[in-house]
Amino acid sequence: MDKTINQKAWFLVLPVFLVVAFSAILPLMTVVNYSMQDTFGNNQFFWNGVGWFKELLDPSTDLGGRFLASLGRNLLFSAIILAIEVPLGIVVALSMPRQGWTVAACLVILALPLLIPWNVVGTIWQIFGRPDIGLLGYTLNSLGIDYNYVSNEFDAWATVIVMDVWHWTSLVALLCYAGLKSIPDAYYQAAQIDGASRWAVFKAIQLPKMNRVLLIAVLLRFMDSFMIYTEPFVVTGGGPGNSTTFVSIELVKIALGQFDLGKAAALSLVYNLIILIVCWIFYTVMTNAGTERPEKQGVK
Amino acid sequence: MARIDLVDLAHSYGGNGSALESFALKPVTMTWRQGGAYALLGPSGCGKTTLLNLISGIVTPSRGKILFDGADITPLSTQKRNIAQVFQFPVIYDTMTVRENLAFPLKNRGVPKAEVDARVKEIAGLLDLTPWLGRKATRLTADAKQKISLGRGLVRSDVAAVLFDEPLTVIDPELKWQLRSKLKALHRELDLTMIYVTHDQTEALTFADTVVVMHDGRVVQSGTPAELFDKPEHTFVGYFIGSPGMNIVPAAVSGREARIDGHVIGLHRNYGVLPAGANIEIGVRPEFVNVAAPASGLLSAVIERIDDLGRVRFARVRIGDAKFAARVPPGFSVPDNSVGLVFDPAHVHVYADSRLVEGVA
Repeated sequence: MDKTINQKAWFLVLPVFLVVAFSAILPLMTVVNYSMQDTFGNNQFFWNGVGWFKELLDPSTDLGGRFLASLGRNLLFSAIILAIEVPLGIVVALSMPRQGWTVAACLVILALPLLIPWNVVGTIWQIFGRPDIGLLGYTLNSLGIDYNYVSNEFDAWATVIVMDVWHWTSLVALLCYAGLKSIPDAYYQAAQIDGASRWAVFKAIQLPKMNRVLLIAVLLRFMDSFMIYTEPFVVTGGGPGNSTTFVSIELVKIALGQFDLGKAAALSLVYNLIILIVCWIFYTVMTNAGTERPEKQGVK
Repeated sequence: MARIDLVDLAHSYGGNGSALESFALKPVTMTWRQGGAYALLGPSGCGKTTLLNLISGIVTPSRGKILFDGADITPLSTQKRNIAQVFQFPVIYDTMTVRENLAFPLKNRGVPKAEVDARVKEIAGLLDLTPWLGRKATRLTADAKQKISLGRGLVRSDVAAVLFDEPLTVIDPELKWQLRSKLKALHRELDLTMIYVTHDQTEALTFADTVVVMHDGRVVQSGTPAELFDKPEHTFVGYFIGSPGMNIVPAAVSGREARIDGHVIGLHRNYGVLPAGANIEIGVRPEFVNVAAPASGLLSAVIERIDDLGRVRFARVRIGDAKFAARVPPGFSVPDNSVGLVFDPAHVHVYADSRLVEGVA
């Protein structure tokens, strides 16, 4: 079949092209451009090649040291919150009612933390945890526990992690609940007839059927926690010392605090690349391990 | 393996306090013998799935008892009833292989591994699943999955009865026949009580040796396919079974005569005393009424159309306002729209308020 040739069609693509160019391509290329240069202000730029990238990966330099340390902290943070939020979310979803008015009540209560703006979440916990006027901080100290997130690294981490769990476990729970609701009753009836224990039902039916939503939950929570900025910035400001300075906080310090555009650009590109790679790995591993697409293969 | 007795069994989803008319299953008492193949047949919403779920224990009855071999199992959970059930849609444990799926019920009951392996091998052989034992069950076709669901029921050596809830719904038509014959073969081989729920009369009549016809929460007749065909005890059975269904027309019956439209039809039996005030109808299957050229002794009818089913032709006719179906004898060519009907008196039944009235020979 002959295709009609009509070059005017290109004009239809033009608006999209312009929008994408201004919103994505030009800024991205500007960042790529910056990452190869150094600046001393006054819009004076000097060519630096891949120098910043070399420094980034070399822990002995200042830039590399700061980047790798914050990256390590960030990965640890993501690992901890995933390890808490995913199982907790599943447990919450499993214990939710399946019918009646309580379902709606549970859903609304679960959704509440998700509706609070991130800086407000930070402010809530910043005040909540203060030893002098915060309910949590005051209570803990009254109980004889020396808790102070401003001066103690462990307390700062605990606060940031508990805050994230409080803020985001609902998301995992809601996704899991949706997954559970989609399982037909016949599965539970069959399992009952097969004499399956509660644990066997979970392992053989519920977990495999939640596979897809869990993948989405893990991806969303990983990406969100890996780019976390607002909440720890508001609560701890990255301290005490650098103990809760995550990659994004470091990035903002370099880019806007020190105005080292070249270093910051190189860092943000590497940051972006890491997110892409980790997401790709997660996606590949989880889709292969879980559901296998049915093949057309007849059994006669 | 067990004989199943239903004693005054009834269920209402609204609870025991509801009016009896609203019960999903109205009180039923019947006995299903060990090793029988039963079909529960009826239209959607007639209570057949409710009855099945009562037997499997998924639903607890509002009233009455269920006995397996004389022992009351009504309060027992599904797990303790030794029932196998195959659902409308295949239930497969996604992460397991076919072998693990089949072994699952035994593993849950703590059966020793050697015994599990032997049993799984045997059942897989029966169901022709052996080549697929090592495969992930999710990768198989719908009919293979239904076989696995069935297999999970059959591996248990103590299974009292196998229940089927419209198991062929998702199976391709050409495979339906195969799977149904497989079920029949298994039934003969394993001597199991099988109860099969369906709304498809062909499935019911080919599978079962006893068909239980249900209508509006009641069992209206239970009998062999031949009994249901020859002597429907309820007008519903008459027109639900058979294609086309039985002709039911209002008539005045006295003694050995029925009058339709002022025309007399001879009857084979004597209906001396009919319930007073009841709605009297006669029922006759289209197979036992022939169309013929109009003649003075015959009930006259007007042909609306002729259905050619290949082996046989049925004429759809009208007697006054009543619709009627009748066989067109081979070689008979319809002269014009007006025909006469020839009845076979032996197969004309009389119904009072939809229930069969036995005449005196």
